[in-house]
Amino acid sequence: MEINAKAEGGSKMKKESNILKRFLEIEESTILLALLILSGVISILTPKFLSSYNLLSIARQMSLVAIVAVGQTLVIITAGIDLSVGSIIGFTGIATTMLMAAGIPVFIAIILGLAVGALLGYINGTLITKIDIPPFIVTLGMLSIARGFIMVLTQGWPISEVPDSFTFLGQGYILGIPVPVIIMVAIMILGHIFLNSTNLGRYIYAIGGNEEAAELSGLNVKKIKTLVYTITGFLAGVSGIIMASRLSSGQPNAGDGWELDTIAAVVIGGTSLMGGEGTIFGTFLGAAIMAVLRNGLVLLNVSVYWQTIAIGAIVIGAVAMDRIRQKRKLKAN
Amino acid sequence: MPILEMKNICKYFPGVKALDGVSFDLQEGEVHGLIGENGAGKSTLMKVLSGVYQPTKGDIIYQGEKVEFDGVLSAIEKGICIIHQEFNLFDNLPVAENIFIGREPIKSSGLVDKVQLRVWTEELLAKYNLNLDPDKKVKELSVAYQQMVEIAKALSYNSKVLIMDEPTDALTKREEKVLFNIIEMLKESGLTIVYISHRLEELFEVCDRVTVLRDGQKIVTKDIEDLDKNSLVSYMVGRELTDFYNWEEHPIGEEILKVENLSDNRHINNVSFDLKKGEILGFSGLVGAGRTELMKSILGVNSVVEGKVYLEGDEIKISGIKDAIDHGIGYLSEDRKKEGLILQMSTRENTTLTILDKISQFLFPDKKKEYDIVDSFIEDLDIKTTSKQKVRNLSGGNQQKVAIAKWLAIKPKILVLDEPTRGVDVGAKAKIYSLIVELAKQGIGIIMISSELPEVIGMSDRIFVMYEGDITGEFSRQNFNQEDIMLAASGEKIRKV
Repeated sequence: MEINAKAEGGSKMKKESNILKRFLEIEESTILLALLILSGVISILTPKFLSSYNLLSIARQMSLVAIVAVGQTLVIITAGIDLSVGSIIGFTGIATTMLMAAGIPVFIAIILGLAVGALLGYINGTLITKIDIPPFIVTLGMLSIARGFIMVLTQGWPISEVPDSFTFLGQGYILGIPVPVIIMVAIMILGHIFLNSTNLGRYIYAIGGNEEAAELSGLNVKKIKTLVYTITGFLAGVSGIIMASRLSSGQPNAGDGWELDTIAAVVIGGTSLMGGEGTIFGTFLGAAIMAVLRNGLVLLNVSVYWQTIAIGAIVIGAVAMDRIRQKRKLKAN
Repeated sequence: MPILEMKNICKYFPGVKALDGVSFDLQEGEVHGLIGENGAGKSTLMKVLSGVYQPTKGDIIYQGEKVEFDGVLSAIEKGICIIHQEFNLFDNLPVAENIFIGREPIKSSGLVDKVQLRVWTEELLAKYNLNLDPDKKVKELSVAYQQMVEIAKALSYNSKVLIMDEPTDALTKREEKVLFNIIEMLKESGLTIVYISHRLEELFEVCDRVTVLRDGQKIVTKDIEDLDKNSLVSYMVGRELTDFYNWEEHPIGEEILKVENLSDNRHINNVSFDLKKGEILGFSGLVGAGRTELMKSILGVNSVVEGKVYLEGDEIKISGIKDAIDHGIGYLSEDRKKEGLILQMSTRENTTLTILDKISQFLFPDKKKEYDIVDSFIEDLDIKTTSKQKVRNLSGGNQQKVAIAKWLAIKPKILVLDEPTRGVDVGAKAKIYSLIVELAKQGIGIIMISSELPEVIGMSDRIFVMYEGDITGEFSRQNFNQEDIMLAASGEKIRKV
């Protein structure tokens, strides 16, 4: 009898650990749980956190990072990386505001600004695929070049002669919701549909999973990878223009260091740097975790320097989780 | 008395008797050839001898004493050393440091004593008359000299028995001569050498005696003078063919593919062949004979220098797999994990990867169509999976079926199957064989590359044999004969049509 009871207890424990295991395997649920715990702790420490004003401001803060992180997710799923997004954000902001300062209508200036972002991304993609330079190097070079052009064009001064109508994108509200948040949600939904329901989305996963097999299955790997970098450049452009609108000016240092934030959002969101795996929803949660953490630290009057340290620690922690997960998977096989 | 004796060695792996009572001896100072087909047990036997594997049964008597090696190091300490096909060298380090890596002379300051290291290296190289510059970095050496570094490294352990696994595989003809001279020199200095090869002709150049293995058993050990190529081949094959292959008589149509004088100046020279509708065309030959490279050249994956390809009478130039698919040609890779499947994707996603654009409307795949196609393949090919299961979790046989389904999905006119049953269990093999016959009956032209002789003979309507980038043999089904094919695979020109 005793033995039986023990055996039963054992199988019960096994069952429980199975549930835990399963939960661990659903990558997004872990991140969601982390986000909820983090929010819970902060809301206990400060009641200001859960006010609708504060939540909307968190959403607005994360929106610009999240928009670019959608592109970064695509890039990282192909086992690449884009370090140039921060400089492209700055460059498109400057380009757009300069065009407007030169008297070009707002709408056309925005279209041209977006085209510039896409073009820079296209150049990244072409160098990576046609000349076969590693993405890390190409985009690192682009980071420097685009930022350098900003300085050449502006001599370091902001461009502040922008029409009032331009400020709506970054400062306006629709039905009480900040416009950047609406744009972020729209782009996230489109990104999710693109990645999950189109054939191109499937190809992106395939390339990240096994580039050689993808090529030998008849996929045009070069074209698809170039497209992915172009999309990312375009989205960096979207973010750069909204930022300029929010600041009512083109700032030469806008987007500086944002490559880290976007990569962090993607990685915290469970996308593997090895490629082939990852979701837009995960990236959304990753961006949210970073925004909530920053906001919480501000509400708790923690020095801004500590915020940077906390973000760095979270990135390393997230990648550590990813590695542990991968190893467990390998063991299970 | 022999320097080494292996008595009745057995090595069992789950479900496989890799070695079944093999006895083998080495006389001091001889070069002993060890040959056999793929899977005959050569490598396993030498892994037992060099301490990589422990035998399930059997004894090793070395210099008159019974020995047991519990790892590579304990064999090396006793003076038995193996040189693998793949070198274990550090490209960016000089020769001397490669030879004594991990055993460098250390000065009292804790730094490497480079002077002493050089002295040791020069002494070693002089002793065996090896012509190497101790200071040169390994990456600056040609393959033959890199091999010499490996040999020097082995000798530095005071080896008495040296095992060389396919040492000429990576060498050019001229480099081979250098190697043979070294072997001769080592022999004169008293070393005993085991020489593993699948190239028959070189055995006659370097070996004193030869042992033939087949299916994990020793067939014969003989002095080289008492052997010739034909007798070696008949010892190596001698396997009975079974009717496990489900081949049946089927109609063969007109020519569908013709290749004329194709060369890439690297792997293939001036290759011509043709394929007919509904024909199963076997490509036999040794690993590295250029068969895969030939197919990849035809499909535009590898570049071509010269030659023409005709599809149904029209000259075409295929620019890559995408183009090949549009021409109705499918290519099943020999390496399904590296080149065939996306392991973390599902059966469904893998199967339709080749046709996804064709079943999509403005970027969006037709989900119902996709599921229908995949489900019908799962049923027809008897794949043990659901369409949602990741292929990573499937058995080798089921993975291979998915890889094949992916190419059937394009509804091919021509299907190139590169080692279609490699790493596949018996049940899946039988299924794949009957599938191939079925496809041929539907009029699909099939090119089957296979390194397994019985498979090529059992399945093909006609066989081409390749050797070092040339086609050396062509046989029609009534003239199939293991010995002839094996001879053609080792370079002899034979045509029996």
